[in-house]
Amino acid sequence: MLAKLFKFYGGVKPPSNKTLSNQQPIRPAPLPSRLVVPLHQSIGGTPRPLVQAGDPVLKGQKIGEADGWISAAVHAPTSGTVVEVAMHVRPHVSGLESLCVVIEPDGKDEWIAHGPADRAAMSPADICQFLQEHGIVGLGGAGFPTHGKLKATPGVPMAELIINAAECEPYITCDDLLMRERADDIVRGTAVFRDMLQPTRVIIGIEDNKPEAIAAMQKAVEAQGEAFAVVPVPTLYPAGGAKQLIRVLTGKEVPGAMRSTADMGVQVFNVGTAYAAWRAIGHGEPLISRIVTLTGNVRSAGNVEALIGTPMDELLKLAEPNPDTDGIIMGGPMMGFLVPNEHAPIVKTSNCLIAHSERLFPPKAPEMPCIRCGACARACPHELQPFELYWHARAKDFGKTQQYHIFDCIECGCCSFVCPSRIPLVQYFRFAKSEIWAREKEKKAADEAKQRFEFKQFREEREKAEKAEKLAKAAAAQAAKKAAEAAAASDAPATEQPAEAAADPAEAAKKAAIAAAMARAKAQREAAQPKNTDELTPEQAKAMAEIEARRQQAGIVPEPADALPATTEAKPE
Amino acid sequence: MMFAPAPYLLKDASVSRVMTMVCLALIPGITAYAWLVGPAILVQLVIASVTAIAAEAAMLKLRGKPLAMFLSDGSAIVTAWLIALTFPPLAPWWLVVTGTLFAIVIAKHLYGGLGQNPFNPAMVAFAACIVSFPALMSQWPSVGLQMPLLDQLNVILGLAPRVDALSGATPLDAMKTALKLGEGQVDIAHLLANQDIYGNFAGRGWEWVAVGYLLGGLWLWQRKLITWHAPLAFIGGMVLISGVLWLYQPASFASPLFHLLSGGTLLGAFFIITDPVSGCTTPRGKLIFGFCAGLLAYIIRVFGGFPDGVAFAVLLMNLSAPLIDQLTQPRIFGMKGKQS
Repeated sequence: MLAKLFKFYGGVKPPSNKTLSNQQPIRPAPLPSRLVVPLHQSIGGTPRPLVQAGDPVLKGQKIGEADGWISAAVHAPTSGTVVEVAMHVRPHVSGLESLCVVIEPDGKDEWIAHGPADRAAMSPADICQFLQEHGIVGLGGAGFPTHGKLKATPGVPMAELIINAAECEPYITCDDLLMRERADDIVRGTAVFRDMLQPTRVIIGIEDNKPEAIAAMQKAVEAQGEAFAVVPVPTLYPAGGAKQLIRVLTGKEVPGAMRSTADMGVQVFNVGTAYAAWRAIGHGEPLISRIVTLTGNVRSAGNVEALIGTPMDELLKLAEPNPDTDGIIMGGPMMGFLVPNEHAPIVKTSNCLIAHSERLFPPKAPEMPCIRCGACARACPHELQPFELYWHARAKDFGKTQQYHIFDCIECGCCSFVCPSRIPLVQYFRFAKSEIWAREKEKKAADEAKQRFEFKQFREEREKAEKAEKLAKAAAAQAAKKAAEAAAASDAPATEQPAEAAADPAEAAKKAAIAAAMARAKAQREAAQPKNTDELTPEQAKAMAEIEARRQQAGIVPEPADALPATTEAKPE
Repeated sequence: MMFAPAPYLLKDASVSRVMTMVCLALIPGITAYAWLVGPAILVQLVIASVTAIAAEAAMLKLRGKPLAMFLSDGSAIVTAWLIALTFPPLAPWWLVVTGTLFAIVIAKHLYGGLGQNPFNPAMVAFAACIVSFPALMSQWPSVGLQMPLLDQLNVILGLAPRVDALSGATPLDAMKTALKLGEGQVDIAHLLANQDIYGNFAGRGWEWVAVGYLLGGLWLWQRKLITWHAPLAFIGGMVLISGVLWLYQPASFASPLFHLLSGGTLLGAFFIITDPVSGCTTPRGKLIFGFCAGLLAYIIRVFGGFPDGVAFAVLLMNLSAPLIDQLTQPRIFGMKGKQS
C-alpha cells in the first residue's frame, strides 16, 4: 500500500495481549436465562418502552422507540416474554440504574418478519430513518447513533470516509475476528455509508498487528470491485482514537474541542458499525447482538457473538474465568472500567470483557509526588501538558485547567500509563471536568435565578411607578375639588358655619372625613376611566359621539360621569 | 466491589528507577574521576550519601511522611552525588556534610520535598558553601593526585594537615588568575602548554572526567530520560559566547573546547539543568533555559569572582523557569497555526 501516512504526537506501546483471544473463531453465545435490555444504549434521548410486563415478544421486535433525532430504537434480542420494564443496574462506571426491558427467552429464538431494505426506492433520509429504526449506533465505544453521522456538514465537501478498524486497545480482538470472518458484509456496509456521504476517498485503517484481518479485508474489497483503500497503520496506542486515525490517514488534525469531524470533511465509523449497518440494510436485522471479546484471567479466551442484554457474569463464564478473578473490566485495559455490578448486561458498545485479577493487573504502587519529568507530556496524543493540568486540577484551580485545554483530553490513559510517580492523572482530569460541568450548571441556574429576580424587581418597580402616578393624579383631583369647595363655602352665609361647628364639632369632623373619603373615591373612579379615549382622532371622536347619540335614542343612556358621585353623595345624608 | 480507575496496564516505571538510572549514568564520570584525580571522591560520595539519607529520613519523619516510600525513591542519593562531584575532592568532611544538609533540609524539604523544590538542591549547596567557605571550596588538588587513599582520607577527616601542595586551583581558576596576574602579558597558548595543569585540552584528568559525564548523559538521552533540548542549548550557549570571544581575542579567551571540558560544564549540561523539578518542562522552555544558563555560566566563570559559574547560572535560571514555561506552552493537537 503506497498511501502516505502521517504521525500523531506521543502515544504508548502497552503489551497488546491480543493473541490470547484471537486464536479461535467467533463462537455463538448460548441463550442466557434472562436478558436485561437497557433502553438507553446510545448517546442521545432514552427510547420510550413499547412493551410491558407480560407481553410476548419476537426476536427483532422493537421494544423501545427512538426519542428524538439523536436516539436509536431498541429491539428484543430473542423471542420470549417481557418479565418487567423496570430500573436495573447499567454497565456504567457510576453503577446507576436505568430503565430496562427484562425478557425471559422462550428458547425458540423466533424472528419477527423482516427483510432487506429496498434501497432503490429509498431517499437518503429514508435510509437514515431505516438505520435509526433498526437501532444502529456506533459500536466503537461512544455509541453515537449512526444515522446522525451520515450527512456532510453543509458547505464542507466530504473528502474522506474512514472505517476505523485500528482496534488499538490491548486485549480486544472483536474487530479483528469480525474482519477475518465477515469482511464481505463490512465492505457492503461501508458501501452504504459511501453512497450516503459521497466522499472522495474511502479508507479502511487497520493496525498492522492484524495481518489476517488486513488480508481478509483486501480480498473482500477486491472481490466486490470497490475502490476502498485498506491501509495498515503502525501499531501505536491510541491510533484507534478517531482523531488520531484521521491524523494518521489524512494528515488532518481535528481539534479536540470540535464535535463533528465532518466539519473538516472526514467521517469515521467503526468497522463493527459498518457490519451492523449492512445486517440491517441487507437483511433487515436490527442490532440485537454483537461480537464481544472474553479475555484476561480466563482459561479459554475468545470472541463470542452475544445478545445485547446478556448479563456480563453469565457471558464471561463461557470463557471459564480462573478462580482468582475478582472483577470484570468492560472495554480495554486502557480506557475501560471495572464494572461496579457484574450482573449488569452487555450493551451495544460492550466490545470486551476482561476478567480482572491482581496477578494480571497488579495493584498500583502508592502515588508519589509529581517530579515534572514530562513523560506524560511526551506521551499525550493531544499534545497537552498533563502534569500542569494535574497541578491545577489538584489545586482545584479549574479556570487554569481550562486554560491548559482540559477539554481536549480524550482520557486515553497514556499519561497515567507512563507516569513514574504512579499518579492516576486521567482520574484527576475526569474530576476536574465533572467539577467544571457541575459549576457551569450551577452558574447557569444562578444566572437564571438572577434574571428571574431582576425581572421581578423590574415589575415591582413598574407597578410602584404606575401606582404613584395614579396617586399623584388623585391628589391633583382632590386639590382641585377642595379648591372648588372652598369657593362654594365662601359663597355661603358666613354665620352658619361657626354655629354649626360650635354646635357639634365631633359631627363636623365626621362629616369632613366622609367628604374627604368621597372625594378620594371620586378621584379614583375618575382615574379608573378608560384612558384609551384620551387621545382620539377627530374621526374617532365623531364616531363615538354618533354611537352615544344612538344609545341615547335607544334608551340605554349611560350615566354621565359626574352623575354617579352626585347620587352617592346623597346616600350618606 | 473494588474501585480502581483505568488504565489497568501501566508501564514499568517508577521514581526510584528514574533516579537509579541517573546514578548509573554518573558512573563513567565517577570512574574517570577516581582513576585520574584520586579515589578520595569515593569517600566524599559515601559521606554525602549517608548524610543525605539521614537528613531525608529526619525531615520525612518531621513532616509525617512515609519513610520507606520516600527514602527508596533515590532522589536524595542523586542530590548527594551531585554535591560530592561538585565539591573539591579533598574538602573536609564537615563541608560536604554541611552542604548536603543544606540541600536536603533547606533547599528540598522546607520547600515541600520531592517535586516541590524551585531550586536545584545540589546547586544551592554549592552556592551556599562557596559563599560561606570560599577558601576551602577553591582548594583543588593542583596536579593529578598521587597520594594513597589512606592519606587522602586523613586529609578529608582532618587527621592530616592540609598542605599547600594539595590546595591548588581548578584549571579554570588557575587560568583566570594567571591571566589576571599577567595583565595582558600572558597569553593562553603559553598557559595551555603547561600540561601538568591543563592536560591535553582543558585540565589534566578533569577533561576525561567531563568526557565520562558526556557518555553518561548521552546514555540518559538514548534511554529517553532526558531530552536533547536543554543539554544541547546549554552547550550551544557556552560554545557561542566562548567562540565569539575566542575568535575576537584568542590570546585572552580560551577556546570553546576548553570551556566545554573544564569545570562543571558537561556535568551541568546533562545532570543539573536537566533536573525536571527545578528546570523548564516545555521543549522551547528547555532551549531557552539551557541557552541562557550556558551564557550565564560562561560570563560568571570568566568575568566573575567564583571559580565556576554553572551553579549560579542554574540557580538564576531556576528562578525564571516557571515564567519561561508559562510563556512557551506548546500548541496542542488541532490548534497549530491558530491562536489558542
